[in-house]
Amino acid sequence: MTQKVRQDSFAFLRVLATWRLNKIFMADISSNFLGIKSPNPYWLASAPPTDKKYNVLRAFEAGWGGVVWKTLGSQVKNVSSRYSAVDFGGQRVMGFNNIELISDRPLDINLKEIAECVKLFPDRAMIVSLMADNDKKSWHDLIKKVEDTGAHGLELNFGCPHGMTERGMGAAVGQDPEIACMVVEWVMEAATLPVITKLTPNVHSVVPTGRSVVKAGTNALSLINTIQSVTGIDLDTLVPNPYVAGKSVFGGYCGPAVKPIALKFLTTIAQDELTKNVPISGIGGISTWKDAVEFMLLGASNVQVCTAAMKHGFRIVEDMCEGLNNWMDEKGFATLNDFIGKSVDTITHWEDLDINYHHIAKINQDKCIHCGLCYIACEDTSHQSINLEYGKPYNKYTIKEEECVGCNLCQLVCPVDDCIIMEEHRVAPEYVNWIDWQKRGLPLNDH
Amino acid sequence: MSIQNNKLTKDQYEANFADIHPPYESITAAKVDANRCLFCYDAPCMKSCPTSIDVPKFIKQIATENIKGSAKTILSSNIMGAGCSKVCPVEKLCEGACVYNLLEEEPIPIAKLQRYSTEQAMKNNWKLFERKNSPSGVRGKVAIVGAGPAGLSCAHSLSKEGVDVTIYEKESKGGGLMTYGIAAYKVTPQFCEDEVNYILSIGGIEVNYNQELGKDISLAELKKNYDAVYLGIGVGVARQLEIPGEKLDGVADAISFIYDLRSKGYSSIPVGDKVAVIGMGMTAIDAATQAKRLGAKEVTMVYRRTEAEKPCTQHELDIAMLDGCEIIWLATPKKLKGSQGKVKQLVCSKMKLGEPDASGRRSPVDTGETFTLDVDMVIKAAGQVPFEKLVKKYKLDNKNGKLTIDKNCATNIKGVFAGGDAVNGGKEVVDAVQAGKDGALAILKYLNLSQA
Repeated sequence: MTQKVRQDSFAFLRVLATWRLNKIFMADISSNFLGIKSPNPYWLASAPPTDKKYNVLRAFEAGWGGVVWKTLGSQVKNVSSRYSAVDFGGQRVMGFNNIELISDRPLDINLKEIAECVKLFPDRAMIVSLMADNDKKSWHDLIKKVEDTGAHGLELNFGCPHGMTERGMGAAVGQDPEIACMVVEWVMEAATLPVITKLTPNVHSVVPTGRSVVKAGTNALSLINTIQSVTGIDLDTLVPNPYVAGKSVFGGYCGPAVKPIALKFLTTIAQDELTKNVPISGIGGISTWKDAVEFMLLGASNVQVCTAAMKHGFRIVEDMCEGLNNWMDEKGFATLNDFIGKSVDTITHWEDLDINYHHIAKINQDKCIHCGLCYIACEDTSHQSINLEYGKPYNKYTIKEEECVGCNLCQLVCPVDDCIIMEEHRVAPEYVNWIDWQKRGLPLNDH
Repeated sequence: MSIQNNKLTKDQYEANFADIHPPYESITAAKVDANRCLFCYDAPCMKSCPTSIDVPKFIKQIATENIKGSAKTILSSNIMGAGCSKVCPVEKLCEGACVYNLLEEEPIPIAKLQRYSTEQAMKNNWKLFERKNSPSGVRGKVAIVGAGPAGLSCAHSLSKEGVDVTIYEKESKGGGLMTYGIAAYKVTPQFCEDEVNYILSIGGIEVNYNQELGKDISLAELKKNYDAVYLGIGVGVARQLEIPGEKLDGVADAISFIYDLRSKGYSSIPVGDKVAVIGMGMTAIDAATQAKRLGAKEVTMVYRRTEAEKPCTQHELDIAMLDGCEIIWLATPKKLKGSQGKVKQLVCSKMKLGEPDASGRRSPVDTGETFTLDVDMVIKAAGQVPFEKLVKKYKLDNKNGKLTIDKNCATNIKGVFAGGDAVNGGKEVVDAVQAGKDGALAILKYLNLSQA
């Protein structure tokens, strides 16, 4: 009886909460990627979480906007173990790597389950990742079978850095613009669904392959795939991770650690005259709505997530939606398109930066907790711009304004929010960049 | 009402005297807290430690799983780091200075982390220190009186430098008040014995137990047979109340009470039903809480000033209050009444606060009003008095029995040094450890063995 009442009241609260959420959230976070619609811009990336119906249905129930089904291709066999991680400062899985191959389940089972998931959740995006053997017929056959499932799009896996590359697939394709171009041309001959080409970061620049596949007709790009890595070594056995019978191999690195690298690669694609013309699905260490917003600000139309879900489960999508919605409301963005790409032009070349811009650190003494971290960072490794006034037990730290070069290091290491702020002190009012500075023969030595 | 032993069952004693600060169960648990530490520069916690333990360093070493390094960092500064992690009033020392307090956040549990590393060191018997070898073989011999924190710390520091040390201890065990004068739920007698053995494991320190200065040995003998003498004799008996009735049965002093219950076993210690404890220092708290934990029905603590002037820490007071001890502020014992030689009533004067005294605290003034408590046991914990007679007998300069030393820890007698409670009148274990280190440095200098 009590149980029943409690269930009823929870149900009522849930309805109330949903009603209130609908009332409160004004922004529309629904996404349209190449005509593929999803209620939010969050897709699960092609990976273990999307390799079977059971997981995918759970993901859709949790609220994910779409999935990229784990890569289909020839039958493979996996090893054990498959994963390893980098922990940092007491937090698990700052970075993650894997040596798992494409789906190791029989193709017909995958195809059957894909069709079932599409039927059960028609409002969610179903993309299927593909990596056929390196010949035209294999690609054509695979595409035909996948298109029959009712899926909405295809993603070409040109990025997997382990296992498949040795067989001339995955990153072996993505690292060579000519081969990538050839494969995309084969694909475009057969595909009727939108095609996304996924790029590998294991190159000095993603732009050559990106351009090549856009020329070959891909409808969109996604990046980044995982980065070849060694996550660490067991100091007892002296064998690196992941451990397979006394040996290891390079694994594909992902998780929060790779986000900055992914954002850089994304920017180069979003800024290139050719590649910026196709939609981009952003991937690489996205764990929160903030990460997602950053990818979208740098040109991603939507994002794909994997490691964060593998660490916490599918429930993380709730806050990813709510946080995005609240942020858009606060900023006055009604739809995703209102802010996608807005930061792309703010990343410029170093020689275009304004040399007359200068800022100086300022320590808010009311907020300072006297940990001395700013002081020792500046004293040992920067510009000796912080003064220490001895106190027992608390020292007082102040900025030597004339010495401060505005490098930010103190602010970055300070553990208290808004305790150290950077105050603008322009050297001169007008914009002068490095080229002009040289032309005008302005003084170079600041010291 | 009666004073009796064996009031509780074995299980009750065990529960009542179990460790009040349980340790981390695993390295993972220790690392959660270690990773919260900000690794402050010129850290306030370190500056607030009388022995200047490099707290950020030893905590960082736990985070990197270098536990041996962590233990060495602690024990290099404080050889009783294991015991101090259990008995230090950290809320007014390291943890009280933790910068997290300024964010209104819980400070880093420094003591608990310190306990983790030092217990690993003791459990695994890690040999962290080596004695210095001298080319000539002789680096002097020093006699130390008292195997308490000051004496042990001095001995360890000297032994490290290659000096041969002989300690004379009047009790049958080392550790001093750590072993004999602190609540058993903070440090068990077994732990104290283990810690003393671990300290002595460096070698070069011989301890002669049951040897009392002035009785079994004389200062003159020590002076003759050793190159230098260090007096770490501590303080002695509890201060007398000097009120009528003090000789009645049932009036005990806190030090003997705690000494007995630590050395004889809980069930053999008689305790009253209605116990009054006079004083509000750490020893008073230890006596009150343990009287309660031995089975006293009511324990009332009587203190002549207010809560604001209390000498114990808030944490200690909380323990007493959570144990159900009653506290009466602004009251001082006036007389004890008894019948058939046994104490029955404690008459107290009500006090009020007057002008500040020499300690800077407002001194209590008698209001003339009194009240009476029914009691069957009174425990005196109003401070301890130094060994005045002994000190005077040897013509050592002193202030009311507290030894006078110069900045080199030297007494007025050449070659005789002193430190710890015997000099300061009674402070924390950690203060005595530092005093022992200072004494050792001074002796090394005196023996021309110092590095500098």
